[in-house]
Amino acid sequence: MKYKFGILIFVILCHIHISAQKEDRKIIQDFELELEGEYRYFYEEAFFEGQKDHFPSLGITPEYSLEWNRGYESINFKGFFRLDVDDERTHWDIRELYYQKVQDNWELSLGLKKVYWGVTESNHLVDIINQTDAVEAFDGEEKLGQPMAQFTWTTEKYGSFNFFYLPYHRKRTFPGRKGRLRFPVVIDKDDLTYESSAEEWRQDFAFRWKHYFGIFDIGLSHFYGTGREPLFVFDILGNIDAFYPVINQTGLDLQITHGAFLWKIESIYRHADAQEFFAFVAGLEYTFSNIDGNGLDIGLLGEYLYDERDELALNALQNDVFFGSRIAFNDTQDTSILIGGITDLESSSKIFSMEASRRFGSTWTAEIEARILTDIDPNELILSNFREDSFIRISISKYF
Amino acid sequence: MKKLILAGIALLSISTITAQSAEERGLQIAKEADKADQGFNSSVVNLNMTLKNKNGQTSERLLVTRTLEQLDDGDKSMIVFNSPKDVKGTSTLTFTHKIGSDDQWLFLPSIKRVKRISSNNKSGPFVGSEFAYEDLSSQEVEKYSYKFIEEKGNLLIVEQDPVDPKSGYTRRVVSYNKDKAYRLEKIEFYDRKNSLLKTLTYSNYKLYKGKFWRALTMNMVNHQSNKETQLNFSDYNFESELSEDDFTQAALKRAGK
Repeated sequence: MKYKFGILIFVILCHIHISAQKEDRKIIQDFELELEGEYRYFYEEAFFEGQKDHFPSLGITPEYSLEWNRGYESINFKGFFRLDVDDERTHWDIRELYYQKVQDNWELSLGLKKVYWGVTESNHLVDIINQTDAVEAFDGEEKLGQPMAQFTWTTEKYGSFNFFYLPYHRKRTFPGRKGRLRFPVVIDKDDLTYESSAEEWRQDFAFRWKHYFGIFDIGLSHFYGTGREPLFVFDILGNIDAFYPVINQTGLDLQITHGAFLWKIESIYRHADAQEFFAFVAGLEYTFSNIDGNGLDIGLLGEYLYDERDELALNALQNDVFFGSRIAFNDTQDTSILIGGITDLESSSKIFSMEASRRFGSTWTAEIEARILTDIDPNELILSNFREDSFIRISISKYF
Repeated sequence: MKKLILAGIALLSISTITAQSAEERGLQIAKEADKADQGFNSSVVNLNMTLKNKNGQTSERLLVTRTLEQLDDGDKSMIVFNSPKDVKGTSTLTFTHKIGSDDQWLFLPSIKRVKRISSNNKSGPFVGSEFAYEDLSSQEVEKYSYKFIEEKGNLLIVEQDPVDPKSGYTRRVVSYNKDKAYRLEKIEFYDRKNSLLKTLTYSNYKLYKGKFWRALTMNMVNHQSNKETQLNFSDYNFESELSEDDFTQAALKRAGK
């Protein structure tokens, strides 16, 4: 059911492709493949029964693209498969499968696609088009492919206008019984219901305007449809009712690029029948570049996070401060390190993280990631479940 | 005493006059070179970048560069990485300005994010190479002050001092070829301590559209680290008819997909 839409589009595209082939001289094909071996180790004793400590895993990412009409028409595909100890983390997805056509200052995309909105580093509030692949990555930056029709119209004077028609909603996957970073009760994604009677087939819409004036980059967006974050409602008996509400969300993102300073703000206002709140992230990034005359860049990051939902905020970032540093060696191997910490201003909870990566040869990369949760306040509704879930992750990728 | 002062003033003014004319001549050459390259409209070129360390080990990067000429401001350019494969699709969009900082956006294909980045880092190396960002950005007349040094055969040697205090150089010594539409033959870069840092040699020149000289090979040697970077350009295309629509953030996302 899920991919009927995609298949339908693919069939249409094949037609377009055949007719186009006659007129255009040059067709460019490209195939890429990434194989990834990963090991996650949770070094603290599991909090809930059935949870494992060691998670060896494999990831496969094939990509294919076909371009013609001087690149102004294309079909793009990106798949993903992961095999993991946690049955729920073993999953596959079509990250992208879309046809794109460009004509002068407009662009049309049809199919499954990924779209990113926003400017801040520690939290991505404004970004709402794609569902988060919650079992894949801790930072929420991995997303599921979203079926859409996207129309972009760019003007020099008034910026770009993006219109999205989103015909299908995709649910978030939660870790299974063996998995870490979960609640005491294993949440099956199919247990979550929809507020809309059309369920996943509710026809949703979104709009975004993006422009820049000198040192200002600004984005304004509105989303009307089934939200990407499920809403957890707890009754007096402690039962959880979890569902995807129909929301209206207005977002603002602004960056001011002034010398080596980047000043950033992201803010959202979300309104649903069951919930209404405001949230924002504001901060800055400053980079000391080429410190040693050899290309070493050290960036400092600081952001404040506020969420009116308080403890119901799914990512537990309700009144927190983030500090971080991005170190880039700008060497042949692209060695880089990102370290950071988020601390709660109202409780003792802290999350430290480190991500480092480097290339070996020309087709191998290695990555080390550590997420350390310390002094997690037992009263934190969501985060307290993860208090024994600090982990270290090592991954090695080979590109073909 | 009065005579001495007068003589001093006279001497001073003579030296100012000669210095000014050297500056004027330098500026004039830079303007001629700029004018000779006007009217190319747009170009697309493939670039193979070979980085060589002091032990002679090499690594390669493949890029595609698109440029759109702007007459009243600095050019617009888009660079797309094709290799190494882990950074394939990483792209930058740059609007250079004759005066003030450039506007620059970076596209990260893994998370499909477009990020406005600071163009403050002029002196840092471009992707681990011996080319600094400022070496690769659009060369606008307004970015330097000039001093003509000498004429050697068909070469005109001009010293260029960067206007931007964030530049990694005190000066560059540039050789123009006056018989070949003021094309560049060599640049010597002097670091902030005014010692020779790098030499860039242009070779393998080809004439396009009967007017535009393009060096298909550019070799940068760092004398202090003994590292080298060679740029090999291929498939220069001046017929691509790119427009402003190909240099937008939407175009940046498309280029890097």
